[in-house]
Amino acid sequence: MIQWDGTRVLLVGGSSEIGLAIVRRIASERPVRPYLLGRDGARLAGAATALERSGCARAELDLVDAEDLDSHAAAIARAFERSGGFELVVLAVGVLGAQQGLDADPAQAAEVMRVNFAGCGSLLLHCLRALRGQGRGTVVVLSSVAAERPRAGNAIYGAAKAGLDALAQGLADGTAGSGVRVLVVRPGFVRTRMTAGLAPAPMATTPEQVAEATVTALGGRANTVWVPGRLRYVFAVLRHLPRPLYRRLPL
Amino acid sequence: MPPSEAVFSPAPAPPAGAGTIAPVRAAVSGWGGGPRAPVMLARPADADALRAALDGHRGAIARGMGRSYGDAAQLAGGLVLDTTGMRTFELDREGGTVTAQAGVTLGELLGALVPAGWVLPVVPGTQHVTVGGAIASDIHGKNHGSAGTFGSHVQALGLLTSAGEVLELAPDRGSELFAATLGGMGLTGVILWARIALRAVAGALLRVDTDRVRDLDEALAALIAPGGPHRVAWLDLLGSASGRGIVTRAEHHGAGDAYAQAGARGGATVRSRATVPERWPAGLLRASTVRAFNELRYRRAPRRDRGHVQAFGAHMFPLDSLRAWPRLYGPEGLLQYQLVVPLGAEHVLGTVIGQLRRARVPCYLAVLKDFGPANQAPLSFPLEGWTLALDLPRAAPGVGELLQRFDTLVAGANGRVYLSKDARLAPDALAAMYPRLEHWRSVRDRADPERLWRSDLGLRTGLIRDER
Repeated sequence: MIQWDGTRVLLVGGSSEIGLAIVRRIASERPVRPYLLGRDGARLAGAATALERSGCARAELDLVDAEDLDSHAAAIARAFERSGGFELVVLAVGVLGAQQGLDADPAQAAEVMRVNFAGCGSLLLHCLRALRGQGRGTVVVLSSVAAERPRAGNAIYGAAKAGLDALAQGLADGTAGSGVRVLVVRPGFVRTRMTAGLAPAPMATTPEQVAEATVTALGGRANTVWVPGRLRYVFAVLRHLPRPLYRRLPL
Repeated sequence: MPPSEAVFSPAPAPPAGAGTIAPVRAAVSGWGGGPRAPVMLARPADADALRAALDGHRGAIARGMGRSYGDAAQLAGGLVLDTTGMRTFELDREGGTVTAQAGVTLGELLGALVPAGWVLPVVPGTQHVTVGGAIASDIHGKNHGSAGTFGSHVQALGLLTSAGEVLELAPDRGSELFAATLGGMGLTGVILWARIALRAVAGALLRVDTDRVRDLDEALAALIAPGGPHRVAWLDLLGSASGRGIVTRAEHHGAGDAYAQAGARGGATVRSRATVPERWPAGLLRASTVRAFNELRYRRAPRRDRGHVQAFGAHMFPLDSLRAWPRLYGPEGLLQYQLVVPLGAEHVLGTVIGQLRRARVPCYLAVLKDFGPANQAPLSFPLEGWTLALDLPRAAPGVGELLQRFDTLVAGANGRVYLSKDARLAPDALAAMYPRLEHWRSVRDRADPERLWRSDLGLRTGLIRDER
């Protein structure tokens, strides 16, 4: 658990397909010891075994519920204690919820906001504090292009991600010079279990492509990465479209 | 002696098939309270159900009555195997042994054994520990100087290995795995049953000598004065004269003493008379109230008393009369720090007590006693010298840093802390305190190459180390 010369990765949202793809992608280059935190023990165990088969060191796992804010401090502290620290934290907690905006099931809408913003944001705070405590490390925050400018159809998901995205950027500025780095990843539509059944948006991508772009960005100095990269320029335009026009876009 | 049932089953075992129920999500913590760990919990009724519960799990640890103070009997994110569904035992009157399943408590055993003329040779400060836990912690009693640890009286035990086999281990076969299992914190496998050598006694009564002592030096002297083998000192660390206390030395009462039979009430165990409610306000237990209580306790003790007759249970298990007493410390709970230093390192005890006072960390209960020679088990806690147990509020400011300093002091004196009480020891301190740790790890890792058996304590302290 100590004296480990590979990369120790904490994946929060331990059964996230994008998160796991990032861990696998790093493990294709160097030794990785994964630590998976998530809600569903059986799913985490399956993910851990799969990671070990693809070459990772023995994975540790622990249960945490993003909505149970009071449990976050202990879960994150335990993870850092058990692992002896982490070089990388990947924050991949999120639910999609229904996509009807104002007409969404109110309970489900509230859950999206609780998990994707309050829960994920609280976990981000605890992780950043722990990284600052060890004086180094990077946290990757999985945001979304929806955070840049939510639409009627994804207003709730987009707003929650926008909150998380803004929190991550603000905290990133606060950690500048502390040895801790925050990388915000904004994928477009990713074909995963979460989006199964939805019609893919233009420029749809895969977990592996998100992982590839994330690992490339980790090697550089960027604070944000868009996947695919073209979306940065698309949204540079979309962000400034007048609302009556944006509203009518077939997105 | 009246004939009795060969097999006792003191409490209802789970109904048949109960062990095959899938583990449920639960939150558990140690006896000292504090943060709860999310786990999957199963309560198997037998070894087969236990094996079935392990299916699909990557890490598991056995748990008995949950009397370890810290995180020894839990695995956050993993499987916890509650052994209290396995609780039958059988007394061999000819051989003077009892063969008990892991989940039987020592109190349940005593309740049946003492009327039959036998007693467990070693009991800890509570009757509410299981046989499995007593072996995994290699517990000691007030009579360590003459009787050694609980493990010294285990003639054989059944261990479920990570490969799914049940091994019968015994000390006389030179088994390294047997020695690694004594005090092995459950990390060598699941203890299923054990055969324990008993001691013949006439009854549940003790003859107790008591001395009031004015300071630490007097306490140490009284602990090695002539008298009964069950020796312990209670110290008042909050009073004006720090280190004053009460020392008792007790021995089993001989047979046929009518005065003793008539003169003492109670038996081999204790009934709880009150329960601390779940939401006890943290502020009620504070230095001023405990100081007043200690003053009363000190004044009420006889200055010098010889041969006082007392019931075994009342003397051995005083805290068991107040159920869930750690709740007195409020939601943050307590840390118990139990150290041992070898003979000749008595100055460490004085330094620890002095630093506690200077740091203004209140110690609500301090217990001191002597230990006899260590045994062969690599992780067994006792070694010849002095052991001091301190109950401290976890929320006390500065307690973490103070205990880290104590770790350095204790390790520097070739002492160690007791893992069954621990909730905060760091890996480097563990390695400094347990010189045979590497040997234990190699025996353990051979028995469990996949490292199925793991616990929060094991991961935190580095007892369990995952290599690539």
